Amino acid sequence: MPGALKLGKAAEVGGIEARFQLDWPGFSLDVDLNLPARGVTALFGHSGSGKTTLLRCIAGLERAPQGRLVVDGEAWQDTGRWVPTHQRPIGYVFQEASLFAHLTVMGNLRYGMKRTQGAPQAGLDQSIALLGIGHLLDRKPGTLSGGERQRAGMARALAVNPRLLLMDEPLAALDLQRKQEILPYLERLRDELDIPMLYVSHSPDEVARLADTLVVMDGGRVVASGPLASTLARIDLPIRLGEDAGTVLDGTVGAVDSEWHLARVDFSGGSLWVRDQGLPVGRRVRVRILARDVSLAEDPGTSSIQNVLRGCVDAMTDDGHPGLALVRVRVGEAMLLARLTKRSAASLGVAPGRTLWVQMKSVALME
Amino acid sequence: MLTDSDLQAIWLTVRLAGLVTLILLVVGTPIAWWLARTPSRWKGPIGAVVALPLVLPPSVLGFYLLLAMGPSGPVGQLTQALNLGLLPFTFGGLVIASVFYSLPFMVQPLQTAFEAVGDRPLEVAATLRASPLDAFFTVAVPLAAPGFLTAAILTFAHTVGEFGVVLMMGGNLPGITRVASVQIYDHVEALEYMQAHRLSAVMLVFSFVVLLALYAWRPQARKGG
Repeated sequence: MPGALKLGKAAEVGGIEARFQLDWPGFSLDVDLNLPARGVTALFGHSGSGKTTLLRCIAGLERAPQGRLVVDGEAWQDTGRWVPTHQRPIGYVFQEASLFAHLTVMGNLRYGMKRTQGAPQAGLDQSIALLGIGHLLDRKPGTLSGGERQRAGMARALAVNPRLLLMDEPLAALDLQRKQEILPYLERLRDELDIPMLYVSHSPDEVARLADTLVVMDGGRVVASGPLASTLARIDLPIRLGEDAGTVLDGTVGAVDSEWHLARVDFSGGSLWVRDQGLPVGRRVRVRILARDVSLAEDPGTSSIQNVLRGCVDAMTDDGHPGLALVRVRVGEAMLLARLTKRSAASLGVAPGRTLWVQMKSVALME
Repeated sequence: MLTDSDLQAIWLTVRLAGLVTLILLVVGTPIAWWLARTPSRWKGPIGAVVALPLVLPPSVLGFYLLLAMGPSGPVGQLTQALNLGLLPFTFGGLVIASVFYSLPFMVQPLQTAFEAVGDRPLEVAATLRASPLDAFFTVAVPLAAPGFLTAAILTFAHTVGEFGVVLMMGGNLPGITRVASVQIYDHVEALEYMQAHRLSAVMLVFSFVVLLALYAWRPQARKGG
């Protein structure tokens, strides 16, 4: 399959068992997590929530006095056992690319590769191709743009043929335009690598686009973890996403309406029309629907809103502002969040069990 | 022209400064590395001891070294027990005294350079499978290269300019401990002003060239980083 990345042996990788207790002045970390062996796990939380510290503990850059870390059946930390960072088969992408200033891009890529037994040349070539940095190899890091540096940093982390890829907010130091430049590369990594990725982020948008599993952290504790869609749909979390509250649906492109430039995405609870982005029928896609773009109605009537589905109110809670409520609606198997004023919720008689029409003003296709 | 004894003094000075610089590169680098990275509460006291020669009158330092290396001093007793004789008034004694005297000129620029490198490149190296020692030589040293250059030049130049410690420790033995600065002192004592002028001019030009090299190199090094 052209473009597919097989970094060395495509070994079956077991899950990650991580338990850490750490006490610093003004901060403590106390987590006990089991993470899946596949796909992207997002560690999400505000700054100071401990997500980066957790990632550093997993990399061995921080040593929690109490901890147990087992990756793929191999103990990296346990009572009486400590594997130092340089002996852990990880790839790590830092927030700032942190390329070695005294080496060229190629020198940076080779640095880790030379020190890794059995890192194949093919893996290096594919890392370069995957991140599109072939034309930058002879340059010094000082002459690269922020986005180019971060891509080189990712390729460097992949060139060591890691069994676990750790990313610490790789987009946080970049402006919006650079983020848009890098995100497609991250999506390629997610789709083409067969190793688990831990992705630290405080951006709901990045999480919605990239993650399969979501771990929500607050104050050094894990407040929720599980599959992305169901965790995003939890309305009992202490962490409030505000304007970014919303859910994702995974589906497939069912039809393309070339006259109106729309594509139909089918999911378990029905189908939605989104702007056609040239994706073929049958392609698996993810759509994100923000709570603020969802409204509820007693009868569908006629309006400009294309996407209207029948749903059943599942739960309801306050949402930040005293005038607002967050309502969770079940549509087939899927969960959607709607943000309403409490007055409209009262006049509609919104309560668990009530069946209503769900109108979606905007649905974002995430590919 | 410079006399033979002037040339002898200059050659001795160059040998002394070169040797001291080499020894301090080896001895000073780990001290600077430790000072730059340790969270230990000994960092302050050790740093102060290293900096002492900056503020101590050279004669005071020379006096204590003389006592330590003399026949009844601890170092002197050790060297005698090892059949090495006594160090004062030998070239070896002068080298050891100069190592102490020039220590901060090696350690402080290196410490600053290592601090500027910071933790991050070493963490990156660790995630790329480099052991701490490997990371030190392949990441910290290259990134601190301008600091090494500065430290070596300062150490060499400062050792060349040493006078008080030499007089206390080494005296004034031609070909053994009579360095250029002492030779100038001798010329002046003997009212040989012309000789003193010539040798002083050599020292002046040398010092200027060293500093010029230092200031010309620095911006270039920064650009490379």
